Amino acid sequence: MSRIRLLAAVAVTLILGLASYPSPTHAEVRIDITNGQMRPLPIAIPDFIGAGGQENQVGRDIARVVSADLERSGLFKPIDPRAFIQTAASLQIQPRFPDWKAINAEALVQGKTEIGPDGRIRVEFRLWDVMSEAYMTGWTLSSSPADWRRLSHKVADAIYKRVTGEDGYFDTQIVYVAESGPKNDRKKRLAIMDQDGENHRFLTEGGELVLTPRFSPSAREITYLSYFKGVPRVYIFNLDTGRREALGNFPGMTFAPRFSPDGNKVIFSMAEDGNTEIYEMNLLTRSKTRLTNNPAIDTAPSYAPDGAQIVFESDRGGGQQLYVMGAGGGGANRISFGDGRYATPVWSPRGDLIAFTKQKGGRFFIGVMRPDGSGERLLAEGFLVEGPTWAPNGRVLAFWRDSPSDERGRGQSVRLYTIDLTGVNERVMLTPVDGSDPAWSPLIP
Amino acid sequence: MKLRFLSIVAAAALVAACESAPENTGAASGGGVSAPPPARTAPAGIVKGSKEDFIANVGDRVFYDLDKSSLRADAKATLDKQAAWLKTYQNYSFTVEGHADERGTREYNLALGERRANSVREYLIANGVAASRIKVVSYGKERPVALGSNEAAWSQNRRGVTVLN
Repeated sequence: MSRIRLLAAVAVTLILGLASYPSPTHAEVRIDITNGQMRPLPIAIPDFIGAGGQENQVGRDIARVVSADLERSGLFKPIDPRAFIQTAASLQIQPRFPDWKAINAEALVQGKTEIGPDGRIRVEFRLWDVMSEAYMTGWTLSSSPADWRRLSHKVADAIYKRVTGEDGYFDTQIVYVAESGPKNDRKKRLAIMDQDGENHRFLTEGGELVLTPRFSPSAREITYLSYFKGVPRVYIFNLDTGRREALGNFPGMTFAPRFSPDGNKVIFSMAEDGNTEIYEMNLLTRSKTRLTNNPAIDTAPSYAPDGAQIVFESDRGGGQQLYVMGAGGGGANRISFGDGRYATPVWSPRGDLIAFTKQKGGRFFIGVMRPDGSGERLLAEGFLVEGPTWAPNGRVLAFWRDSPSDERGRGQSVRLYTIDLTGVNERVMLTPVDGSDPAWSPLIP
Repeated sequence: MKLRFLSIVAAAALVAACESAPENTGAASGGGVSAPPPARTAPAGIVKGSKEDFIANVGDRVFYDLDKSSLRADAKATLDKQAAWLKTYQNYSFTVEGHADERGTREYNLALGERRANSVREYLIANGVAASRIKVVSYGKERPVALGSNEAAWSQNRRGVTVLN
């Protein structure tokens, strides 16, 4: 596998920035993202420019990707470039802040592209606070031409982080189950794409049913359920080598897999003689440990980010509810007590919340609660919404939505969505075919 | 500061991925597939002891109440007939498929389908069918037979199906 290096042309940029420009600490531009009623920040993102046609083309493309990322977050409102007064070329010399104030821009992105003799793309960007005419952040990075989108997402991540104080989530991928065909003969394929839907590709051919893919912490492996040769088992797909291998040879159906936060274990369910329990497989020693032991269905396990606890669903109390136990198994505490059934718990990467699917009154909901079960909030609702997954900053969730169909299966539409943790800014994720079971990657290392 | 990252998988690797089949980790099917015993034509043109006979004259499936895996009276009546037939035609091995309707979450429904398939398996064993002939598989909500999003369809999809090999 080729290994590409992203040369960070240094934190020096930042240091120089601090020396050359007014201190970022005086910047006024700030978005408080804990409040659901935030006003999107007007931001001007002119084309990044270089010395020639190709550099300028790349610069235009980068500005477009950055703008789309920030707009999709719901926290930024990119200003229509046709309103810009100062030209991108002139901006390279020095921002003329009155020109940007005049169009109500509060933040301004200044970007430059260069293509080296080896073809590598070098991007330099700076973020300005227009009102206080202050430098906020910036850096220089380079990549191979193929990775120009990643450079763009990194620019967006840097802007998001500087303005919101939270880590970005744009340089990430989504793995999901691409669906096609009639409802009673659905073809399901693993597919992977950038979080903005670009660089989409299928990982499996659709010959066997696949479900519930989830990333490893390195984002280089995916664990999922496959009915390869008719036997439902947990597999691990290596994105670098393309190899797929079964997690192990077990007597019963294995499903509901997830990696541990250190990547050394996979936690999953195994059903034997009709009874479903939770197990952990140590990938280093290949040893299997049983973590639950009762006649109920225990499934959908998810580790806390520190790896010390596991949240899962169980019907041991009658209906599906959420429980938390230590990573070694043993006693579990029920944490969900509202009306209805609770399923598919997923611990936030920040550790502060658990997302879940809830069923109540014939409707489905996506919600979050604190790990002690308090503070339940429902974010999305529908005929069927299911399977939340966290963006790595723990601020945005993806899930999937299914619509009802008639007796001939018409009307079914299965799509991926994102929603802000505050319950606003629900957006469909664009996929070439229907999609379900999304999993959001960590920030790509 | 130096950032490094692994490349996105090259197209070549993807192609390789698609071509490198995983290791086979399980039996493809429960062997023991057998031809039906010598034929006698039934009035409907269905050969006694054939798969068609089992489906048409015995009933290959049972249904469940919402979120339940316990066998209803009608299900037990069907399974009594299945057990008698399967004891007559000993050559068949078979797979019991457990299914759920679409009104549950994916992983729970896989577990529920497994419970349902096992309720059939256990009933058949209790009625004299050899355990060695039976495999179970759960499809959760992945293989509906009725396509509507209403109770009429869902009640058809909450099922255990005995599939002869």
